[in-house]
Amino acid sequence: MESTIVRAENYNSYFGDNHVVKDVNISINKNEVIAVMGPSGCGKTTFLRGINRMHELIPGATSKGKILLDGENVYDMNAIYVRAKIGMVFQRPNPFPNLSIYENVIAGYLLNGIKVSKADKDVIVERSLTSAALWKEVKDSLHKKGTFLSGGQQQRLCIARAIAMQPELILFDEPTSALDPISTSSVEQLFHELKANYTLIIVTHNMQQAARVSDRTAFFYMGELVEFDDTKQMFTAPADQRTQNYITGRFS
Amino acid sequence: MTPLEFEITAVKKELVNMWILVQSQLNKAKEAIVKFDKDLAREVLVKEKRVNSFELKIDRDCENIFALHCPVAIDLRFLLAALKINTNLERIGDIAAGVAKYVIDSATNFDAAAMESTSMLRMFDESINILTDARTAFEMEDTVLARSIFKRDDVLDDINDNASNSVAEVIKKDINSMTEALYILSIIRKLERVGDQSKNIAEEIIFYVEAKILKHYASSHGGSIDEA
Repeated sequence: MESTIVRAENYNSYFGDNHVVKDVNISINKNEVIAVMGPSGCGKTTFLRGINRMHELIPGATSKGKILLDGENVYDMNAIYVRAKIGMVFQRPNPFPNLSIYENVIAGYLLNGIKVSKADKDVIVERSLTSAALWKEVKDSLHKKGTFLSGGQQQRLCIARAIAMQPELILFDEPTSALDPISTSSVEQLFHELKANYTLIIVTHNMQQAARVSDRTAFFYMGELVEFDDTKQMFTAPADQRTQNYITGRFS
Repeated sequence: MTPLEFEITAVKKELVNMWILVQSQLNKAKEAIVKFDKDLAREVLVKEKRVNSFELKIDRDCENIFALHCPVAIDLRFLLAALKINTNLERIGDIAAGVAKYVIDSATNFDAAAMESTSMLRMFDESINILTDARTAFEMEDTVLARSIFKRDDVLDDINDNASNSVAEVIKKDINSMTEALYILSIIRKLERVGDQSKNIAEEIIFYVEAKILKHYASSHGGSIDEA
């Protein structure tokens, strides 16, 4: 049965006086893959960063309304805890350059001072890298620097790092825009595998990627959530003319 | 205009040109029968090759657009509809050629009274009108006009249903006209298929414009397709 894991209620984001996300209401179910698309500046990344309270790290950035994670408003929780429960993967692979692959995976524990035994760390590293479809490729070089990996492998390492904290939700901000088609394909395949255990929200400019990987798609325009529907429906017969104009490339 | 819009506009133009040719083929097939003009019938058979060329070109153009532009939404629906309309038009072209072949094969001309009493000529006119209106509906994206085709196809079905009796009457009157009468029956059966193909085309127009699927509507919803 479908159960809501995250829900936005009248959620708004601002950069100073600039109202960039306007009254967004959306419910996302557990184990769903959600694609968020829209033209540049439509507020999709700002909305994503509002979900795990990354938005507030920018000077002058504020928000209003609620983001409920399992029914509890993330803005009433400890921000560090929220970011552990809601992992994030960015546009460019960003493994810590001075840390080994092994240390990168458990970076969340190291940086937050969470004490974990060596045996448990080993388990976390293997489990996370396996989930990120990277274990077989790096199991013999765990103590090499993460930056030695290819772009696609680095991005999967970042996904492993997010998974290591056992999040409920993982946010992806254009996760394959800096990758070649082969690496993109391996990350997209990974989305399908991660879906069994996690809920994924992916901001993407690549509409075909949104169509390939997501169950439902949200279309943002000028800060508004214009349409949120089953991906198949959205790409065959969108309800809103603005969505149709955008996905067919007729946006002026 | 985006490159995809440009390509789609080109397919639409190509399809309309094919449509005009197929209409002309049906008109000429009718004229060849009425005037028993074997040369005109031969012309229909020659031009059938052009209909086939249109079909191949439109298929190939659609395939290229799918491969190169990854169309979605109304563009995707248009191309899916275009592929099916293309097939239906080619079959109507085959029907026109089939009728023309009867004219070439027939040793004697078709009796005007027999063509009238069996409603064959009326059927010809009605099927050409339906096909013309389907083209207008396609060009204007007029789903009201497209829907009107479902009802008008019933006229062709009625003539077809009565064809056995009306042709039997022709034979009864003059047993020597049996061969021509059987040709007339075959032509009526073929023209009934033009109605069906036009109905399929109307369904595709509605799918393309409104994103509604009317195929098998009557059998799955119990009502008439006109109400969909």
